Amino acid sequence: MAEKVLMKGNEAVAEAAIRAGCRLYFAYPITPQSELIEYMAKMLPKVDGTFVQAESEVAAINMVYGASGTGRRVMTSSSSPGISLKMEGISYIAGANLPAVIINVQRGGPGLGDIQPAQGDYFQATKGGGHGDYRLIVLAPSTVQEFADLADLAFDLGDKYRNPVMILSDGLLGQMMEPVEFKPAKTEEEMEELNKQHYDWCMHSNEDEPNHHHHEINSLEIDPLVLEQHVIKLGKKYDEITKNEQRHEEYNISKDNEVVVVAFGTAARIAKSAIDELQEEGISVGMIRPITVWPYPYDAIKNVLHDKVEKVVVCELNLGQMIEDVKLAVNGKLPVEFLGKVGGILFTPAEIKAKILDK
Amino acid sequence: MKTEIISSGFGGQGALTIGKFLAKAGMREGLNVSWLPSYGPEMRGGTANVSAVISDKPIASPLVSFPDILVALNQPSIDKFGPNIREGGLLISNTDMCPKGTNRKDITVIEAPMNKIAKEIGNIMVLNMVAIGIVIGKTGIVKYKTLEEDLSKFLKKKNPELLEANLKAIKKGIEIGKK
Repeated sequence: MAEKVLMKGNEAVAEAAIRAGCRLYFAYPITPQSELIEYMAKMLPKVDGTFVQAESEVAAINMVYGASGTGRRVMTSSSSPGISLKMEGISYIAGANLPAVIINVQRGGPGLGDIQPAQGDYFQATKGGGHGDYRLIVLAPSTVQEFADLADLAFDLGDKYRNPVMILSDGLLGQMMEPVEFKPAKTEEEMEELNKQHYDWCMHSNEDEPNHHHHEINSLEIDPLVLEQHVIKLGKKYDEITKNEQRHEEYNISKDNEVVVVAFGTAARIAKSAIDELQEEGISVGMIRPITVWPYPYDAIKNVLHDKVEKVVVCELNLGQMIEDVKLAVNGKLPVEFLGKVGGILFTPAEIKAKILDK
Repeated sequence: MKTEIISSGFGGQGALTIGKFLAKAGMREGLNVSWLPSYGPEMRGGTANVSAVISDKPIASPLVSFPDILVALNQPSIDKFGPNIREGGLLISNTDMCPKGTNRKDITVIEAPMNKIAKEIGNIMVLNMVAIGIVIGKTGIVKYKTLEEDLSKFLKKKNPELLEANLKAIKKGIEIGKK
């Protein structure tokens, strides 16, 4: 077993990305994710990686687009207002069938908002943000360990489906320290193996080398019939991801549950405290915590609405965004109630308890 | 057993470091820990503070609203977080910077002139280590030995004198905490 270290989420995810083989990273600083870019600036040169602090978020995401075309593992990160700026590039990357990892350490919005933790970018991450028919795979960690683990998964999923993957975190997970254990770093051989997997689509500029390859990487298809086929193919990919990649955690789920809570990320952590306290008081409450917020684990929610469950409570650090997906899952069978906090304010376990007990 | 701590003081007094060392020591002893700093803008003379949780069970919420222990290195910290200390909880206050103290009667209060003690040891910067010493002297939440090992790891070669001052300050704190 590797030794545990105490690290901020922002640093842990950066370290995990490097270990997963990320050697190209382009970003622009913004609170509360600046430790991430700082860590990459310090560590990437030590592993022969390339770090660029771009002149803007728009430049950074377009560097990601270009670099991804070489088939190497590439990442960018920002916080809410900066992610908005990246949206055009993300749509292009998705349209061009390219893998890339994008980390959003969310803060309060809209606009410049504030720098405290929030979950107001759920719609942006899971329902679009950029233009056109595209989907991001969106992973939502709730501990520093999971933040790090999901970096590894994000690169794997990105490669597997040639699709951009977002890790939807928040200021609390970025700033807090928790013990974290890292997987061993990928060896040179493993990285070479990864690169080879992309030879059938990526660019390789050096024509003197035996395995040079030219491919067109583009999101422009001016002929409607060609674009139609392209988008249909993208749709099939999204169907496949939806079928294969739903992930969630079940917490205290049992046939005795009177209430089922649905929450993701930081909100789910706080809900766990409330659920534990209620359990001690003899009230059984279960929770579904989506880890992939796209593809959304609708069935996971549907499957735990046992006979005793009286209602579903959704807790989010926003005005109510994921609740729309929960309602789709519940499909009118039970009341779905909402507890939200905005402005970068967190709810307390006591507030969640009160919402659960409210009849 | 779960212990929730808030450590707070002026920027530069080392309040965040108190939480970090306690959390790190807890981790080395196999406990679950979390450390969550306030990272927003703080007014000069305000309260740079950190929530630290040390627990034998997984930690759900890392945000401490009602601490078992408040380490207050300055008066604004007592004014802000003092009212939220759990009944029967512990307030450790730096009397050099907390002239008013607290009027709560339902908590244990340990007062120590941390600036003065640190100056006597020869380095004002170790005042936060006095506070750590008091925490572990009073509660035994982590072991002195773990802290010593951790500090030695990165100070022994780099700055043995500073290491010595730190350890002295922790020991002095433990004495006060045990009284």
